Amino acid sequence: MNRRLAVFALCAGVAAACAPQSRDTSIADGLPASLGLGRTATPAEIAAIDVDVGPDGAGLPAGSGTPEQGVAVYRMNCATCHGNDGEGHVPLYPQLIGGPRGSFNFANDPSMTRTIGNYWPYATTIFDYVRRAMPFGTPRSLTDDQYYAVTAYLLQREGIIQPGTVIDAKSLPAVQMPARSHFVVDDRAGTTGGKNVR
Amino acid sequence: MSPRPRPISRRSMIAGTAAAAGGALLAKLPTSAEAQQATAAPAPPAPPVAGDPTKAPGAPTTAVGERSPFVQPKRAPVGDVSGTTLSPLQDLAGTITPADLHFARIHSGIPTIDPATHTLLIHGLVDRPMSFSVGDIKRFPAVTQIHFIECSGNGRAAYRMPRPDMTPQQVDGMTSQSEWTGVPLSLLLRETGIKDGAKWFLAEGGDSCLLARSIPLAKAYDDALIAWAQNGEPLRPEQGFPIRLLLPGFEGNTNVKWLRRIKLGSEPFMTRWETSKYTDPILGGKARQFSLEMDAKSIITSPAYPERISAPGWWPIRGLAWSGRGRITRVDVSTDGGVTWQAAALRTPAMPKAQVRFELPWHWTGNDSFLMSRAVDETGYVQPTMAELRAARGPATEYHFNCIRGWRVGRDGAVAFEANT
Repeated sequence: MNRRLAVFALCAGVAAACAPQSRDTSIADGLPASLGLGRTATPAEIAAIDVDVGPDGAGLPAGSGTPEQGVAVYRMNCATCHGNDGEGHVPLYPQLIGGPRGSFNFANDPSMTRTIGNYWPYATTIFDYVRRAMPFGTPRSLTDDQYYAVTAYLLQREGIIQPGTVIDAKSLPAVQMPARSHFVVDDRAGTTGGKNVR
Repeated sequence: MSPRPRPISRRSMIAGTAAAAGGALLAKLPTSAEAQQATAAPAPPAPPVAGDPTKAPGAPTTAVGERSPFVQPKRAPVGDVSGTTLSPLQDLAGTITPADLHFARIHSGIPTIDPATHTLLIHGLVDRPMSFSVGDIKRFPAVTQIHFIECSGNGRAAYRMPRPDMTPQQVDGMTSQSEWTGVPLSLLLRETGIKDGAKWFLAEGGDSCLLARSIPLAKAYDDALIAWAQNGEPLRPEQGFPIRLLLPGFEGNTNVKWLRRIKLGSEPFMTRWETSKYTDPILGGKARQFSLEMDAKSIITSPAYPERISAPGWWPIRGLAWSGRGRITRVDVSTDGGVTWQAAALRTPAMPKAQVRFELPWHWTGNDSFLMSRAVDETGYVQPTMAELRAARGPATEYHFNCIRGWRVGRDGAVAFEANT
């Protein structure tokens, strides 16, 4: 091998070694299109655990609630940990409402508490998370109407909806959250090489 | 409860205990930063040794081995139902974390799951929604790979509230590395097929909060695994028994434990763990979502607080380096606070998205020294200083604290943590 070829081969080898690793797909070589493992899931099995709610409202159940109905739900199920006014018992139990509004200066000011009104970008996330995981000791123990009601209560206490607003599968995804415009999807892919720290 | 006073041994000093939950129904919810601030507590004394071990037979075999009574590494803090327990990095060698010392971040306790009845549902934008038993999953071709997992909040306390008496465990104990065995997720998706428009998948755990994250579908075709074994044995309950998602290089919480459901969709699902939590406030009044890849990072694990260098002479500077974007290509070490740097030796193979052990022989002359390590990965990314990271993301950013950290060595040999780099 002449010297120029040898240098080329070395560079090519280095480039290959330095390429970000992707899966070697040869594991599927020689396998039939299906291994016949697993079975078709029934609609009932799917429905039993398909609990997620998307930002467009997909997955929201029937039912509804108002802030006024949510007061009692909150007092009975949430206030022990999160306080009568959503102030939390920091740092053990997070503050839910009453965080500072007006600037989105969280990267500079460690004293700024992130609450639903100043940091949650989607109203649907409140319903999804509260129904998914709360009350902490007995998750998913309330009715969908109660989850709608407590979601409405939190939104109203943050001043995002008016008293008396009915929250349901149609109105919840339409709620505009104050923090929404501040969220950006990670845009650093392929741009962080060398000293480019972002 | 307070730790009992005990003699201090040099290498086995452990990070402290936290107040145990003690039967409280509602969990203590410390921030990760607080977990990393747990006070260092002294280790128990070494056991007495009876005479010369070559003069009489030793102990018989046992079903399950135990550590030497002279070695007592411990995670800390412990006792929380929603919290973190940190891995004792200063007590570990090589790059594999013993499974029982792997850090654990749990959001709603550690569930007990019967593998005979547990299933993984894959549905949404698929041709055929399917349910896989754990037995089914183990019958697929299995791969075994070494990868680190790191909580995206790792290093928060050292970034926000540094103290000179922080141990490697307290600085960076929310990362560990294991050999994982499982089936590539892409092989399961071969069975279900995928529909046009599928771009994301939701991964949901079977703990009581049903922790769920949205992941770009491309990751499923890159290197995502459904892992069922760790370091040669079934997963530990706190690591997701019987199955977990393993996303090499992605932030810890996306490696969903106790995996019960994967749903394909066209957009992210915007769960609480990708909106209210695990998003990064950055400068310019923004918060960054889906910052999933862990930036290159390193930490010196020895010498480190609470060690004391006993005399001038040759001392190894040892540590760990890793990147979520590929292999570590170089680790530089400075003993003068970043004025000069030397390339450390990589003592283990540099594998993609895996921790590597680096080492630099160092002759300590007895002078004040300031030790730092700086990782470089195969994308060319260079681990930034604290000042560079603060300038890029802000002093109060919330996750992804991958800056250079250091240890100051005094003339008396005492070693203290130094965050300002």
